[in-house]
Amino acid sequence: MHNGSVELLKDGLRLDGRKPDELREISIKAGVIDNADGSAYLEWGNNRVLAAVYGPKEVIPKHDSDPNKAIVKALYTMSPFSSLEGHGRTTSRRAVEISKVTKEVFENVILTNKFPETEIDIYIQILQADGGTRAAGITAAAVALANAGIPMKDLVYGVSAGKVGDTVIIDLNMLEDNYSDADMPVVVSPRSKEILLLQMDGNLTKEEFKKAIDMILDAGKIISKKQREALIELYK
Amino acid sequence: MKDLADEYYIRKIESFVSENKRIDGRAQFDFREIKYKLDYIRNAEGSCYLELGNTKVIAGIKIEAEEPLESSEEGNLITNVELLPLASSEYEAGPPTPEAIELSRVIDRAIRSAKIIDSSNLLLEDNKVYSLYADIDVINFDGNIFDAGVMALLLALKNTRIPKYENGEIIRNEIVGKLNIKGNVLSTTFVKINKTLLLDPNALEELAASTRLTIATDGDRIRAMQKGLSGSLTIREIENMIDISLEKYKDLSKIIDINKD
Repeated sequence: MHNGSVELLKDGLRLDGRKPDELREISIKAGVIDNADGSAYLEWGNNRVLAAVYGPKEVIPKHDSDPNKAIVKALYTMSPFSSLEGHGRTTSRRAVEISKVTKEVFENVILTNKFPETEIDIYIQILQADGGTRAAGITAAAVALANAGIPMKDLVYGVSAGKVGDTVIIDLNMLEDNYSDADMPVVVSPRSKEILLLQMDGNLTKEEFKKAIDMILDAGKIISKKQREALIELYK
Repeated sequence: MKDLADEYYIRKIESFVSENKRIDGRAQFDFREIKYKLDYIRNAEGSCYLELGNTKVIAGIKIEAEEPLESSEEGNLITNVELLPLASSEYEAGPPTPEAIELSRVIDRAIRSAKIIDSSNLLLEDNKVYSLYADIDVINFDGNIFDAGVMALLLALKNTRIPKYENGEIIRNEIVGKLNIKGNVLSTTFVKINKTLLLDPNALEELAASTRLTIATDGDRIRAMQKGLSGSLTIREIENMIDISLEKYKDLSKIIDINKD
């Protein structure tokens, strides 16, 4: 459980030297896995994430297939060596939940009605974890889907906001996540500014929530640019 | 995949919503009637049977003495929701589905983030603590397990007796005190059908919904949120739901004190 025993903010700066509204360094490379229809490798601070997309392809098992649209499957997995703590167990309940909300995000943006009776598989592999992995994974997966040529309403991004004491901060690293007063991962469709994923725990007033959302929308400008650049780089 | 009967009900729900009505006659942001019984399971250290309309759940707390699960020296809380096959034709026996896992984790998060469990009397000697096993059985499904589960679990926790611990053993028939619960946390779950938001969806409304949002508050602050399903929400819609959630907290906390059955 959380407690405030670690001082996360000093003279207005965070332990890694960032300002409250400053993102970690992000770099994305698309088309990194030959066998996949689309893929991306993302470094986000100390996070290292691979995303790959297979499909549209035949539905297995067949009775899951939908005559009106493609079904979307998402699997978020942490490599057993990915965490600073001990050896990771296989499919945790946390990973099941993250996979579920990830699938729901991409069901929204993929034009699934273009591919009836098929499935689209999205794999997110967390190679190294340092807080905000679901947001990083979804940001990478969006690039992988675009790389696979799968039509989408928008190129979505994810980022987490949170709170240390009374200060709202963006893009929490693992230490901040562990000791913060709130953590709120969000996925945004930047064109409509609609929210596709929203989770939160800790405590936030309504005003702090609004501030967090504003920071998330601002951060989106940078993240979206990195995503587009990764795709443009491929076809230069 | 939705079958023909589902499609029929979805249209029906949508036609109600388009006329600003609900299939069971409620207003947009009304809860269904809530009733509960404390101490429903005598063998449990704490328990609550709760009805939210036709959604019926039983929360039971069993206490064990174990090593702390996390490095911090607090009691353990292990929350699990079982969607029992007897509760709905939609539920099947077998390992927990992603839906059940999400429910368990969101209910757990609401209770945990609100920090209402006073862990000072959960610490034992020799690196042992009391573990609170919080199990929520859904025995009849009619939508909104989230809110029924949070409320049933809160009530069960408030009603939990701590058994004696001696020489490495729990002695269940000797009670040393009650679990100390400071304050309340209560959740409100909304769904979006077309452009309309509804509070406390029943099973048919959940079937027709594109988006779901659960907000847990302590009446003052947001303590947990979880969006579900593949639809989207505008920021304005979320802010509106936060306001309603904070408002509904007052009604729900009154029910916790009054509606004992």
